[in-house]
Amino acid sequence: MRLLDRFGRATTDFFEYAGGVTLLSGESLGFMARLRIRAGETVSQCAILGVQSIVIVILTALFTGMVISLESAQQAVAYGFSGFVGGAVAYGTVRELGPMLTAVVVAGRVASAIAAELGSMVVTEQIEALRSMGLQPARFLVVPRLTALLLMLPLLTIFADVVSIVGGMWVAQAYAHIPYATFLSSVRQTIDFPDVVKGLLKSFVFATIIVMVGAYQGLSTRGGAAGVGQAVTGAVVLAIILIFASNFVLSFLLFG
Amino acid sequence: MPTVSESSNGRLIARMENVTLSFGERVVLKDCSLDIVEGAITCIIGLSGAGKSTILRLLDGLLLPNDGHVYVRGEDICHMTEEQRNVVRQKISLSFQFSALLDSLTVGENVALPLREHTRLSEAEIRRAVMDSLDSVGLTQAYDNLPAELSGGMLKRAGFARAIVTRPELVLYDEPTTGLDPIVTNLITDTILRLREKLRGTAVVISHDLPSIFAMADYVAMLFEGAIIAYDTADRIRNSHNPIVAQFLEGSEFGPIPI
Ligand SMILES: Nc1ncnc2c1ncn2[C@@H]1O[C@H](COP(=O)(O)OP(=O)(O)OP(=O)(O)O)[C@@H](O)[C@H]1O
Ligand SMILES: [Mg+2]
Repeated sequence: MRLLDRFGRATTDFFEYAGGVTLLSGESLGFMARLRIRAGETVSQCAILGVQSIVIVILTALFTGMVISLESAQQAVAYGFSGFVGGAVAYGTVRELGPMLTAVVVAGRVASAIAAELGSMVVTEQIEALRSMGLQPARFLVVPRLTALLLMLPLLTIFADVVSIVGGMWVAQAYAHIPYATFLSSVRQTIDFPDVVKGLLKSFVFATIIVMVGAYQGLSTRGGAAGVGQAVTGAVVLAIILIFASNFVLSFLLFG
Repeated sequence: MPTVSESSNGRLIARMENVTLSFGERVVLKDCSLDIVEGAITCIIGLSGAGKSTILRLLDGLLLPNDGHVYVRGEDICHMTEEQRNVVRQKISLSFQFSALLDSLTVGENVALPLREHTRLSEAEIRRAVMDSLDSVGLTQAYDNLPAELSGGMLKRAGFARAIVTRPELVLYDEPTTGLDPIVTNLITDTILRLREKLRGTAVVISHDLPSIFAMADYVAMLFEGAIIAYDTADRIRNSHNPIVAQFLEGSEFGPIPI
């Protein structure tokens, strides 16, 4: 009985949470569709959420491209298909690892930052103050962040794709003596434009997940500084899990 | 249960009717009714934790009652959409107990926010209105400061300035003078009075500062154990024979109020 009780409780909690995130997302996307976007705030959020993530994205992408190249070059040299290493790196990067790793890394920075900022605004009554002035927290706080990340995450993803391929190219040359030209022509043969577009499509979904989970966690903070801490941890964990899960679904739909 | 109709025939701007509100198990307001007369200053007194701030949140629609109704200008704000409530809120403002300034904006931007969002005033007009508002709490020098750079009392005054900058019909002040020096306390009391005189604005003031209450209040309501147990003109409350009111005003440890 107790078990059934707990199961029931967990189920209602889940639906309450999912419903809450969905409502907040719907409200925010509604404001965006009506172009009720605060431009100045959006630009500064682009800098805070996007530009400041560049270094960490580059490092992650660089080492990922290098390691894929290292692994596949080893095999390629052993079995004599070194002409395919570029393709292996590009394939994995553009379709899967580029969008996903970028999103995961950005989630660590951005979902936590948003949850912490909005959470501390809840505990200091700033959110209530906004509401009492007749301003919607969704429009005022969530929309600029969502717009900013929808612009920045695809850009960061393109960045990551390029850096990752360049890193892979360098390792292939240095380690397996595969010429740059061979590497690049293999890249071109394996990846076409739709692949890139589909990869970017993923990053729009990931951007929405990161901002909405961060914002919902922040806005539903209860109980002081400890509550903010919980909101932040929860935001990062949940955003990352949702990115992995939705990546699978998206790959299935887009590439399956 | 005392109601305003016994003591006044003024028009009501807001009204709470048989409101019950609880947070989880804790029942804060129980069958609580309160009338707010237009153009008057109504002070709410009561013990700490009695639910005074909660009443202001209900009047602003920030909290919804578990039971009962809250009317503003005759309309039940509990059964509105949040969008409709936002329209009502443009005529009401709430000066928070702990100021609640947005910490990413300067004091000037904070005070200007409701004007920027809800009016089409030019930047020059906004600046003038903001300066005016800050001047009435003696805080013009803090225009460019961030909230983090101000003292507690200065924050409170900035929050007050933000609440009055739009000249709302109804201002809800949550302990506007608590923790302030006597000079600023007088400044704020005068500002509340002046807004009533000049603009016929209505004010609901929560305060523990008895001299300031009796200096400005037209009506005083006492909240005790979840309900308004006394509501009358300031003079009659001051001379009330209700043992709870009398003990509260006297600040005595002995009497019907459990400590
Ligand atoms: N968000 C909340 N969750 C749970 N309980 C709450 C919440 N807000 C207020 N309370 C409880 O409601 C009661 C009334 O709170 P309220 O802030 O209205 O008191 P108050 O009369 O304004 O007190 P004070 O004079 O100290 O400001 C308190 O006992 C408080 O514990
Ligand atoms: Mg209070």
